[in-house]
Amino acid sequence: MNYLLKRVLTGLATMLMVSFLTFAAFSLISGDAAIAALGTSATPERLAALRAELGLDRPLLVRYGKWLLGFFTGDLGVSISYQQPVGELLAPKIRLTLWLSLVSFLLITAVSIPLGVLTAGRRRFEGTRTALNQLGMAVPPFFTGMLLSWVFGVGLKWFAPGQFPDAKEDFAGAAVYLLFAAAALSIPRIAMTVRMLRSTVQEELGKDYVRTAIARGNDRGQVLRRHVLKNALPPVVTFLAQTMAEIVAGSIVVEQVFVIPGLGRMLVSSIGGRDYPVVQAIVVILALWVVLAGTAADLINQRMDPRLRLGGAA
Amino acid sequence: MKRKFLAVLLLLGLLGTVLCGCGGGSADKTPEGGQTSGSNEPAAQPAETRANEITVGIAQDLDESLDPHVAVAAGTKEVMFNVFEGLVKPTPDGDLIPAVASAFTSDAATYTFTLREGVKFHNGDPVEMGDVIYSIDRNRLPGESGAEPLIPALAAIQSMEAEGDTLTITLDQPNNEFLSYLTLAILPEDYDGQDTAPVGTGPFKFVSRAAQDNIVLERFEDYWGQGAYLDKVTFKIIENSDSILMSLQSGAVDLFAHLTSTQAAQLGDEFNIEEGTMNLVQAMYLNHAEKPFDDVRVRQALCYAIDRQQILDLAFDGYGSLIGSSMYPAFGKYFDDSLTNYYTYDVEKAKSLLADAGYPDGFSMTITVPSNYQPHIDTAQVIVEQLKEVGVTAEIQLVEWGSWLSDVYAGRQYQATVVGVDASTMTARALLERFSSTAGNNFINYNDSEYDAFFQEAVSAADDAAQTAAYKQAEANLTKNAANVYIQDLADLVAVRKGLEGVRFYPIYVLDLSGIRYTA
Repeated sequence: MNYLLKRVLTGLATMLMVSFLTFAAFSLISGDAAIAALGTSATPERLAALRAELGLDRPLLVRYGKWLLGFFTGDLGVSISYQQPVGELLAPKIRLTLWLSLVSFLLITAVSIPLGVLTAGRRRFEGTRTALNQLGMAVPPFFTGMLLSWVFGVGLKWFAPGQFPDAKEDFAGAAVYLLFAAAALSIPRIAMTVRMLRSTVQEELGKDYVRTAIARGNDRGQVLRRHVLKNALPPVVTFLAQTMAEIVAGSIVVEQVFVIPGLGRMLVSSIGGRDYPVVQAIVVILALWVVLAGTAADLINQRMDPRLRLGGAA
Repeated sequence: MKRKFLAVLLLLGLLGTVLCGCGGGSADKTPEGGQTSGSNEPAAQPAETRANEITVGIAQDLDESLDPHVAVAAGTKEVMFNVFEGLVKPTPDGDLIPAVASAFTSDAATYTFTLREGVKFHNGDPVEMGDVIYSIDRNRLPGESGAEPLIPALAAIQSMEAEGDTLTITLDQPNNEFLSYLTLAILPEDYDGQDTAPVGTGPFKFVSRAAQDNIVLERFEDYWGQGAYLDKVTFKIIENSDSILMSLQSGAVDLFAHLTSTQAAQLGDEFNIEEGTMNLVQAMYLNHAEKPFDDVRVRQALCYAIDRQQILDLAFDGYGSLIGSSMYPAFGKYFDDSLTNYYTYDVEKAKSLLADAGYPDGFSMTITVPSNYQPHIDTAQVIVEQLKEVGVTAEIQLVEWGSWLSDVYAGRQYQATVVGVDASTMTARALLERFSSTAGNNFINYNDSEYDAFFQEAVSAADDAAQTAAYKQAEANLTKNAANVYIQDLADLVAVRKGLEGVRFYPIYVLDLSGIRYTA
């Protein structure tokens, strides 16, 4: 319980820090919401008037304090660009990006763990496998995304790139579309996870206890599942937690390639428009995401490896 | 505890399997889905079953208020042109014709409008004189906090008198260009939802918008004139240039304007490419407050050192029309073609001018370019190579649009920048006013008393001929003083799916959808 409390507090502190840094960064870079909104029709008088209206003329700390107060009372503010409440604006986008990330994560887990374990003990096609693995890691998601769109979208017409179906009307279509986007996002991470798992499993396989277990007549597969995997998984779980965070970062690019109206695209355009209420909200959501993923990895690792538990009792 | 963990793991595995199964299953179903949704392959569909709607791709969202009096982005005006109308509206030829007014007369100082009968707003209310006066006043009067009016030029209105359905506007002095300001949108009085749910009188009505996703317009059934052909238009936001191509090829998008020549060349034979002009004055704008650009010889040397035709050939596959001053051909009578080739590519002349100015070995300069406009980046790259010939070492500095606005445009902290400048209204004034020495948006710091005199003469001219002549003299002044290195008006390439027709080009930056229809 003590641990959990600690975790929640550090998580909160992280999010606060991230939100403040974002806020501060916005006042450091050139250009602000007023000039972004007025564009080439900006005159000094109009800029001053709009800045006063948006409250941009007040000191940084006052503005941050106001934003923070709103945040804790559930008021994320109003988007400067869209003149809509931020919560209302972002809700459908959060849902989409969450789905994209979850599908990618499941894809990564479901493909890489069996693949990593199964290929660990075998030496056949080692060269081909390494080459494929390197290729998977090296090709960036936006390129894979374009390739998938060309082949399966424009060529085979399994989905129409640029036409993300409404999940309520066409669930299957939306799922297929999301699956391709998730595949583009996942391939490099799958390659990395497989490689990592393989090397940890191989390392464990070379240890004395494995030899002993096999010498005692245990089935090889059984040893792999019962003993080796248990020791090889913790670093992979930690790695997967980082993956969770990186998926969200990668989705910014993949959403653009697949024209999915998610959080990533919104973040990019809002930074351009200096729409700080929106950017703040997205950044805090992403920070929360990373904190949650890290906590989950810690908890899972503790369950698997009693040595990692703090304070003894769990 | 251990068991619980096992259960969670199992559940995860199960989810994974279900997901894979679901994905596989639905992949088989897509062909049916594709047929029923209809928009996948409209060309292959018989005409009667095809929905009378299209999807138009746009490269950036309308991320600002949709209120037409407040919105400033060219991309927003381009789309919302279909939703709003003023007392008068522009035609593709650059004329102004009656819209919400049915007729008008003017003697340059007094403008009289007759309100058209039976014009309705999209919410069903009839347009009344009160709405017209409200709409003009909203742009004419200072804001609540004493802010500058939305259209400062409307300060010229001395009085507005309404009598029945006749509106008489009297100006403080004759002004031939005044009519173009009355293209301002007529909005219903006492409606405060324009920001997010705009209501106008145009051929299309606004239905919905989803940020960074789409904007939906529908045909306005009660439009006073020849209404739109299409029932519905969805604007889809696609920023990624490769995704734009794939969206067109996959059938997700039917029409896309402002394509690059490379993109247009990659599209197959399912599309017609219509060519218009972007209506921009693309130039390498020079900051006259910065050395060495304060010296006219240096600026002229740059003009001689740059081969504009080569820019078109290398960066634009030959598309685009050359210009020689701050005016583009679509402006008709104001455009002076004799200025276009005032400077011809001449490296020797450039070198001797530089030597005269005290730079026999050239100099170094920085060209600031907004990173979101590929055509300007490409242009700058060709310029950098060409300037090497005369010993000028130029370096490109890419900045994000927000920074460009703040540092270059408003802050005037730059040496040279390659951008396109557009006209907010169909007047020569919209393009030329910024170069008068006192203009707030004179971002090149141009300061020439002769120019100021020509410009003043033009705006206060009593008749159209005198005004046009004065504007042309102002343009010639810009050319002779090499105010900027004028390059071109970019070509506007519009991809339209075969089977659709009716794209109309205007001398301003708009996309008129009311004429677009399916053939046969």
